[in-house]
Amino acid sequence: MARVAVWAGLLAAAILLPIAADAVGETYYVGLATRILVFALAAVALDLVLGHGGMVSLGHAAFLGIGAYSVGIWTTHGVTSAGVHWATAIAAGGAFALATGLLALRTAGVAFIMITLAFGQMLYFLAVSLKGYGGDDGLTLWEAARLGPLDLGHDATLYWVSLAWLVAALLLCRRLVASPFGLVLQASRSNERRARALGLEVGRHRLAAYVLSGALTSIAGALLVHATDFVSPAYMGWQRSGELVVMVILGGVGTLAGGVFGAAALILLEEVLAGLTQHWMLLLGALLIAMALLSRRGVAGLLDRLRGRA
Amino acid sequence: MDPVLVLTQALNGLQLGVMLFLMAAGLTLVFGIMGLINLAHGALYMAGAYAMAATVAATDSFLAGIAAALLAAAAVGAVVEMAALRRLYDRDHLDQVLATFGLILCFNELVRLIWGPAALFVTVPPALSGTVEIFAGVPYPAYRLAVIAVGIAVAGGLYLLIARTRLGMLIRAGASNRTMVAALGVDIRLLYTAVFALGAALAALAGAIAAPLLSVEPGMGEPVLILTLVVIVVGGIGSIRGAFVAALLIGFIDTMGRAFLPAMLREVTGPATAAAVGPALASMLIYLTMAVVLAVRPQGLFAARTG
Repeated sequence: MARVAVWAGLLAAAILLPIAADAVGETYYVGLATRILVFALAAVALDLVLGHGGMVSLGHAAFLGIGAYSVGIWTTHGVTSAGVHWATAIAAGGAFALATGLLALRTAGVAFIMITLAFGQMLYFLAVSLKGYGGDDGLTLWEAARLGPLDLGHDATLYWVSLAWLVAALLLCRRLVASPFGLVLQASRSNERRARALGLEVGRHRLAAYVLSGALTSIAGALLVHATDFVSPAYMGWQRSGELVVMVILGGVGTLAGGVFGAAALILLEEVLAGLTQHWMLLLGALLIAMALLSRRGVAGLLDRLRGRA
Repeated sequence: MDPVLVLTQALNGLQLGVMLFLMAAGLTLVFGIMGLINLAHGALYMAGAYAMAATVAATDSFLAGIAAALLAAAAVGAVVEMAALRRLYDRDHLDQVLATFGLILCFNELVRLIWGPAALFVTVPPALSGTVEIFAGVPYPAYRLAVIAVGIAVAGGLYLLIARTRLGMLIRAGASNRTMVAALGVDIRLLYTAVFALGAALAALAGAIAAPLLSVEPGMGEPVLILTLVVIVVGGIGSIRGAFVAALLIGFIDTMGRAFLPAMLREVTGPATAAAVGPALASMLIYLTMAVVLAVRPQGLFAARTG
């Protein structure tokens, strides 16, 4: 019961954030918070396959890119309906996940990491060669997307829409993980051989989770473009995939909600470090190495440890 | 198609292939023996290129540059291995990805801090600056030819090292059963450091000899790293022989695809479609190759005997 109260409190605070920011005149933070929500959505989606399915995908930025270009391409042709953008993102992201997943899931472990990375790069180069849609330089969008009567060009509106997507994704993934489907997924992560011996369809479950994760991440990509009004191949660079993995690890692998904290932690950290020094990447890199060497369960593990001590 | 152009491009493909092999050999060894996925391998390539550029600028000697690159990268590799990476061998791949991703950020930023964000250039040594006529009427840059020769010589040397020496025997033994090797009294930690330093030196050699062909800049290691990953996946992770065959294959396909695919498409589909699709398809060709190899043989062309 106490947990539900904490989550309800967090959600209420998140809903009220734009109003509070508006009241004190710090509207910059609405944009920053939207970015956190969008990446949180992607991190939650990644955690579904990485944490619960044991599939370390280092190519998830490709799905961000698919969602981003779904918005970019439709908008250049004058279609500004967010519903169309999202449907396209889900369809294209799911299809790419299905095609690459069929191949990548023939392998596991390190090979899977490398293959997802390579497929991500493949899509990156495809985007670079899309000369009609900005190529290497990217594409600036001049028209904001609309969702029925809502104008997604309005910062607070987009924030609330992103929040709704994140909450929906979290609820969906939580339900899924607790369902028989999720149990098969986790069983095949902890002991694939035993899961197979029990007659479970390991491959199909993994593929389904991968497709769902890809589709959700594509939505994050679409929302990202709604926020920035700009599309470029940089959205699917492999550093972005790395950042997503870092977010999941920071938040705690296999915790789903941890992705939200991981995304918040990494984006705020970048924000703070970038304010300190031009060479903030050095500090961030050192921090990541220290994290990998010292702690194993990210921010969630740290919180648990603090709670245990208190 | 012009046969001279085809031959020239084939040699370019071979040159890219041997460079990829220098990268892939180290990466696949480190994975095969220590079970470490080292995303920072491209950073060692970059370190080699920078050591080369800095030394050539200071001493004007190309060979001194190569020596500096090898020594610097081997030293950096050994230090990084002892300070950080050796704690990660038995860990989850996820921790390895996190730490080596952090290393990439550190290395790229350090290089930017020391040499600035602008690209450096290294000139080809005068002795190799001309062209050689391989066949009558087919001139080819002498430097690129030298790169191919060096790459093949190193591949041969590596084969001898692994197949014929005591160190190579330990490396092979470590790859098939590291616990047993340690139990037999071999200082496995020292062996690991040595293997890592060897891999780092090979990557640095690739970076150093590539320096006159490319611009030396922060982040230059990552595109090569991705190609190298494709190479080891195609070749079979952990297999040096696989790395060699796959490196030549990928180098060849990438170069030939970029050179000829758009023109071939133009004849099939007409200029408009070819201009739109050709370059995209050419840059995706190696990934498609990888997909085909995986569909047929998920373990790669030459599966290593162990893990």
